[in-house]
This record gives sequence, C-alpha cells and structure tokens, in this order.
Amino acid sequence: MLKSKLTRRRLLSTTAAATAAIAMPHVRGAHAAGKLSLGFWDHWVPGANNTTTALVNEWAAKEKVEVSVDYITSQGNKNLLTIAAEAQARSGHDVFQFPTWQPADHANRLDPVDEIMAELIKQNGAVNPTVEYLARADDLMRQHAGIDVVAMYPSGAPPKAEAWTLDAFLKGAEACHKAGFPFGIGLGTTEDNVDTAGAIFQSFGANLVDAKGDIAVKTDSVRQALEFYKKLAQWLPPDAPAWDNASNNKYLIAGKGALIMNPPSAWAVAKRDAPKVAEQLWTHGMPAGPKGRYAPFLPYFYGIWNFSKNRSAAKSLLLYLSQPSAVEKMVNASAGYDLPAFEKLTTFKVWAEESPPKGTLYHYPNPYNHQILSVAAQPAPPKIAVQIYTQAIQTKMVVRFMQGEPLEKTLAWAETEVEGFMRT
Amino acid sequence: MVDAVLRTPASSAPLRLRWRNAMRRKSTLAFLMTLPLILLVALLVLYPALYSIHLATLNKSMERFVGLGNFLFLFKRETFWMVVRQSCLFAITAVIFKALIGFIVAHLVHNVPSKGQRKWRGMLLVPWVIPPAMSCLAWLWLFDPSYSALNWVLERFGIAPVAWTGDANWARFSVILVNIWIGAPFFMIMYLAALKSVPEQLYEAAAIDGANWWQRLWFVTLPMMRNIMAITALFSLIVTFANFDIVRILTAGGPIDRTHVFATWAFWVGIQGNDIPLGASVSLFMVPILTVAAVFILRDVHRRASEMS
Repeated sequence: MLKSKLTRRRLLSTTAAATAAIAMPHVRGAHAAGKLSLGFWDHWVPGANNTTTALVNEWAAKEKVEVSVDYITSQGNKNLLTIAAEAQARSGHDVFQFPTWQPADHANRLDPVDEIMAELIKQNGAVNPTVEYLARADDLMRQHAGIDVVAMYPSGAPPKAEAWTLDAFLKGAEACHKAGFPFGIGLGTTEDNVDTAGAIFQSFGANLVDAKGDIAVKTDSVRQALEFYKKLAQWLPPDAPAWDNASNNKYLIAGKGALIMNPPSAWAVAKRDAPKVAEQLWTHGMPAGPKGRYAPFLPYFYGIWNFSKNRSAAKSLLLYLSQPSAVEKMVNASAGYDLPAFEKLTTFKVWAEESPPKGTLYHYPNPYNHQILSVAAQPAPPKIAVQIYTQAIQTKMVVRFMQGEPLEKTLAWAETEVEGFMRT
Repeated sequence: MVDAVLRTPASSAPLRLRWRNAMRRKSTLAFLMTLPLILLVALLVLYPALYSIHLATLNKSMERFVGLGNFLFLFKRETFWMVVRQSCLFAITAVIFKALIGFIVAHLVHNVPSKGQRKWRGMLLVPWVIPPAMSCLAWLWLFDPSYSALNWVLERFGIAPVAWTGDANWARFSVILVNIWIGAPFFMIMYLAALKSVPEQLYEAAAIDGANWWQRLWFVTLPMMRNIMAITALFSLIVTFANFDIVRILTAGGPIDRTHVFATWAFWVGIQGNDIPLGASVSLFMVPILTVAAVFILRDVHRRASEMS
C-alpha cells in the first residue's frame, strides 16, 4: 500500500547485512553508461508512473544510459512472484522496488548502498518516514462521538491530540456504532488490517517476539491488547474478519462508517467518485496507548541485485531519484500519497494544499513526529517478523479470541505458530 | 579403395531399409507426432515437478539440504493439518455435489427433445467456459461485505445479512458453492455423452422384462456409465484438490485460515511468506493423496473394463 521510504532501523539492519536498500536515491559524479533495467511498483495513482518515467529518462539522457522500466503490479502479488523468480534465476532487472519485507529476505542477493545512504541522510535528514491514517472526521465523529479530529489535527499547526487515546477511540467506536456508522476496521489478513493490529499491539507494548528473537506471546501486554481488541471488535462490522485492503475504502466511500484505518488512498478515490464524502474526510494520527502512540509504516525499497551488470549506474539513478526536487515531483504526482523517507522531506506544499477540504493531508507525513512509526511485528528480527506479518498472526489472534476461543488457548496457538517461524 | 567403394552401398542399404521400415511402423509415427507434446510436458510439467521436489529438500534460505526436514516440520503444525482437513472437505464435498448435480442435469437434458437440446447444453456450459478468475470476481461481488447483492435480496425478505466470507462456516460454504457452480457443467457434459452411448436396446429389453424407472437406472444406466463416472470423478478430484483461483479470489484462505487449501496455503507460505521450500513441501503433499485416489479409481476402472471385455 504505502510507497517508498525506509526507517532508520530498517536501513541499519539491512545495510548491516550488506544489502542494498535505499529509499529515494541519487549519486553525484558517477559516469554510468550501458544499459539499466528497472522493475518499479505499478503505482495505483493515474499518472504517477509517468512522472517516475520522466525522471528516469532525464537521468538516463544526462548519464547516457539506456534504460528500460517495467511497472509491476502488486495486484495478486505479481511483484512478489517476480522478485522470487529473479532471485532464483539470478537474472532480471538491475534495480527493483521491493515491498516492506523483501530486502531483509534477499539481503544476500542485494548490493550494499551504505555510502550513498550516508550522503542522502546528510542531505535530506534522518530516514524517518511517516504514515498516518485516514479518518472520516467532521460531522460523523463530532456529532456521534463528540470527537473533533480537525481540532486535534489542525492544518498548518502541531497536533493537540493528548486526549486522543485508545480509551477515547473505544468510546468513539461505541458511539459511532450506536449511531449507525461503525468504525470500519478490518480483521482480515491484508496489510491495512495487519498494520492496524500491529500499531495497537505496539501501543500496549505487546510484541509477540522481542528484538532478541525470544517469544513473548504469553505476556500481560499481549493479553491487554487482545482484551482491548475484543471490546473494540463488538463495535465493528460483523464481517470485519473477511475484509481486505479494498473493503475499508469501499465502506468509507459508501458512507457506511465514521472512520477507517488507511492512507489517503480512500480519500483520493472518494475525491474522484464521491466528492461529497471526500469533503468530510480528515487525515489524522493514531490514538495513543499505554506504551505510546504508534502508527503503521510500510516502506518500499529500491534494491540493486548483486547480479546486476551495471551497479554503478543503478546507484547513480537511485541517488538522482532521491533528490528533494525529484522526490517532490513524485509526491505531487501521487497527489500526496507517497511519503518520502527522510525527515526533512515531510513539509512539501502538496500536503498542505490538497483538498477538499484544504489541509486534509497536512498531518499525513507526520510533520511534527508525534507518532512512533513502526511495522507490525517489529521489533522481532525481520526474518521472523515477516512471517508474523504475512501470516497475519495478530489479526488471527484477535478473531479467534473475539469469536469465543479462551484467551489462553489463543495465546497457546499463537505461540506454536511463532515457534514455527523460528526455523532458518 | 575398391573394397571401400563396394562396401559402402552394401552397409548403408540395410540402414536405410531399417529407417524406412521404422518410419512405416504406426508406433514410430505416433511417437514422432506426440514428441512435441512430450517435450512440452517435460518442460512445463516434469521439470517444475522435479524442481519443486528439489526445493522442498532445502532449508528456508535455500542454502542447505535438509532432506525431509520440511515435511517433518509441517507434520507438527496445527495449521497444516487444518489445511489437510479443509482440502479434503473442499474437494470431496465439491466433487460429490458436482457429480450429483451433473448426473441430474444430464438426465434432464437427455430427455429434452433433440431440437432444443443444443441450446440447453450451451447455456448450461456457460459457468464452465467462463474463465474462473472472472466468474470468481462476480461471485466476490455477490459476497462482498459492503455491497453483497445476495444480502440485498435477503434484506428484501426481512432476513438478516449473512457474513458470506466473514464467518468460517459460511466462507467454506461459499467457496464450495462456487466450485460446484463452475465444475458441475463438466460432469453434466461427460454424463450426457455417457448417457447417449448407452444402447437403446438395453432399455427396450429392460422394459420388456418389466423394469420400472428406478430399476432401469440402477441396472442399466449406472453400470453402463460407471467407468465414465469414475474417470470424471478422478479428474475432477485432482483439479479440485489443486484448486487455487476460487479460494484465492473469494477468501484468500480466511477467515483465520478456515478456507485455505493446499495450493493457497502453499502460495501464502512460499511466496508471501518468503519460505519457498516450505511452500513447495505443502504443494507436494497433494501428490501422495491424489496418487492413492488415482490408484484405487483406475484399478476399479481397469477391473470393470476387463470384466466387460
């Protein structure tokens, strides 16, 4: 779902493993030549690919490199299949745009980019990308739950969200459910669902596996997170366990719910298909839990296969695409959907100016860093975390528990699953 | 020199003769004509099959040979055994209902006057000829959590909406239903062909003997159709067991893994979970199950064919 960016933690872990993981490139002084084949994510925003192509061509003309770009869809996991095939064949594109978990898994097949990342961080600031979530604000939330998200997240000003806690969130969910506009939070196995569960679990400090790789399923924090989710689930749509990434968007655009957890793609679609709904949408941050205010973050990485025959040109291109001017063009082309990786690049005009209503995306790039950005299953070692994430263990735990399974049985099941992920 | 000149035609003549004779043999010709297909099968079926066996013997990072380690690991997984049960439930239930519906519809169509029969056959084959990915998307819309057309109809009759893909039992029902919808026409057309090949004299003889409808069905039709029925069931069982598209599109294996079958879980584990060796092991687990089914069914067919001849 989210495109680009790289957290500092991810960067360190991947570069330490001698991989190539770079968010938004650039390289000066490289005299690249020859051919370069690029496999980029097929952006869902119309026209966004064109901007990327234009930037690539600009660089190619300057560096005299023959470039071919393939835009590979993530629909049906086509991009994952391509990555798996190229990794097996050790042949294919020189540069690939990897979804969140792939760089760690292909670390030994990627080319290190430490030196260019150092230069980029010096120029653009620390890698601190953001994701905030979209809520249907204004009338529904204010009328039925007494929650004014526009006041909490005013355009052009820092958030005033001290009272925006998980308790307030729960009360809001109940009030909106009773008013006939339930929160549209899915409990399925796709990214939107897993990201939400991951952020809420982390708000309770509920990590299924800790940073050392030790299993921590049967802990009080996990129990608290599940108890919270069980209370929340009673105010969610009954078919939430079947929701995918499109379900929440459709739910919001259909005017059925007061809030969904999503980047502003739903807003962008509503702007096109249901402008009246779009006018009522406001992007804001996550509620805070006992252990902090966590927001999900799904980065995409540019990676250079170590079997690429033109790695110097590839690095040059990646650095070129990471220049602030290039990044801004891509963010503009995606109508503010894409988020840059670097903390100095979170204040582009597009987020303040996109409308309706004006400023609806202002807090989307987390300009005041008031949220902790993380990936569900963090801080588990990536090779374990990817399994927890893709198997959607957290949402499955929630569904099992909410459907009546005893808490300890759910925990025992999750522990067994996680034990299985420890294999090397 | 002279010897050589004389010997050359003498030794090449039998060779040419043997070649000509070989080419005249029907079996040689048949082999040559099927060679492109054999090569294609070897390339697209045999090689991937052997490669997946190779993959299944590697560790997660595909750097070390682990023998049967992946299979032993799977045997200890609760989810794996749930997938085994669900795959059996999915395939067996779907095949039984497809066979039943196919049998009934084939009889109905068989009794339609020949003038209008072609139209019925054509219409009834529609679910089978539409690409499953497309028809599944239509079903997905019918089951959609927010816009379910089926729920809309139910609501008109004052019936509460059903969580078609949100509740484990309804989700299982839904994927089996769609599989039956897509697969029943195949049974229908096979059974119809079998029905048409039953000699009319047998029915006449049975009628003379005073057999009623049920007796004609039980003692004439069914024995004459048994081989076709067995082969069709076997073929369908293999295809249904290995089904991917229906489950993937409708439920992606959810909720809480309750609709996963071998192929979808193998994809989930292997591609989405970046554990290709384990995914390969899951998919290979279908082979012994289907082999056992194939051996039993084909042995039965062979036995009956011998009896009839």
